[in-house]
Amino acid sequence: MASELDVVPGIATRREEATGFFQRMVSKGLGWARKNSLWQYPFVTACCGMEYMSVSSARYDIARFGAEVPRFSPRQADMLLVVGTVNCKQAPILQRVYEQMSEPKWVVAFGVCASSGGFYDNYATVQGIDHVIPVDIYIPGCPPRPEQVLDGLMLLQRKVQNQQHKLIDRVPVPTLAK
Amino acid sequence: MAKVVIEALVARFPGDVYDPYEGAGGDDCAFVQKSKIVEVCRFLKTDPAMAFNMAPYITAVDYLGAEPRFEVVYNLLSTAHNHRIRLRVKVPEADLELESVTTVWRGANWFERYCLDMYGISFRNHPDPRRLFMYDEFVGHPLRKDYPLRGRQPLVPEREVKDIFRGPGPVGRD
Ligand code: SF4
Repeated sequence: MASELDVVPGIATRREEATGFFQRMVSKGLGWARKNSLWQYPFVTACCGMEYMSVSSARYDIARFGAEVPRFSPRQADMLLVVGTVNCKQAPILQRVYEQMSEPKWVVAFGVCASSGGFYDNYATVQGIDHVIPVDIYIPGCPPRPEQVLDGLMLLQRKVQNQQHKLIDRVPVPTLAK
Repeated sequence: MAKVVIEALVARFPGDVYDPYEGAGGDDCAFVQKSKIVEVCRFLKTDPAMAFNMAPYITAVDYLGAEPRFEVVYNLLSTAHNHRIRLRVKVPEADLELESVTTVWRGANWFERYCLDMYGISFRNHPDPRRLFMYDEFVGHPLRKDYPLRGRQPLVPEREVKDIFRGPGPVGRD
């Protein structure tokens, strides 16, 4: 839609101001809602799982951040926690789980193995899950302390909060039958 | 205790069980001819004075450069008499096939698959001769000394990875 904005880009019109304001408000609201109800999918493969259990149970209580419900179906989750070593045999499974999650989705690499392969620099281990799927937050440590995990979670919350949403004109979805 | 076992073995299979010695940790060891391993194992299991009813660990070793190159190691345990022995079988690279001992101990199944997977030593009459750990697309045997340490064979194409931010951390961190 060609509007007066395209002709005079230097001057902010009242319309742009209005949409910008609205956009920011929507972004803020959506971000707030999303960051406080992260539904996690724990992809737990190795010893870091112990630390994950401690994070998610009463003492460190991940429920304070609204992320207490692990969903064991990727379709119901929006935060993929990759906890532990991922080897070449598992990489297709991880990729598939990631692709099954619906947008918006975020990925946390939990521990050095998931972040970089850790000390398993050998024939079998993927050198960081970012070789397979995109990652938002890396949490170092072997295994990371629960405080570290919660710190990473708060960073992710900040990222989710600051995401910008665009108001778009709805385009009709093309269909095959016509 | 197991000294008795080794002596009985050497006496029973002269020439086929040879070079007995006491290994590290006090276990008694002996070398066995490759063609006789099932016979020796069956004797060890069925003879009431031996009664080796368990094979807790069977593995292989790659002595790259030595001749014969490989060795299959059978660690055996008798829970009745509480003694252990270790049998070593030399396997030349030209003939990497042994008779399977799954007919003696069913538990040997996965150990022999492990040897097949990691060293490429195959076992005749094995009920399920597949790789144990690595995927079927994997080429080679990773625990051989001449397999490259970082010889990864990814199943899915790897993404390009941008170097991540390194520095004091995001501003505004508390
Ligand atoms: S980072 Fe350490 S604790 Fe975590 S999976 Fe790897 S080896 Fe285990």
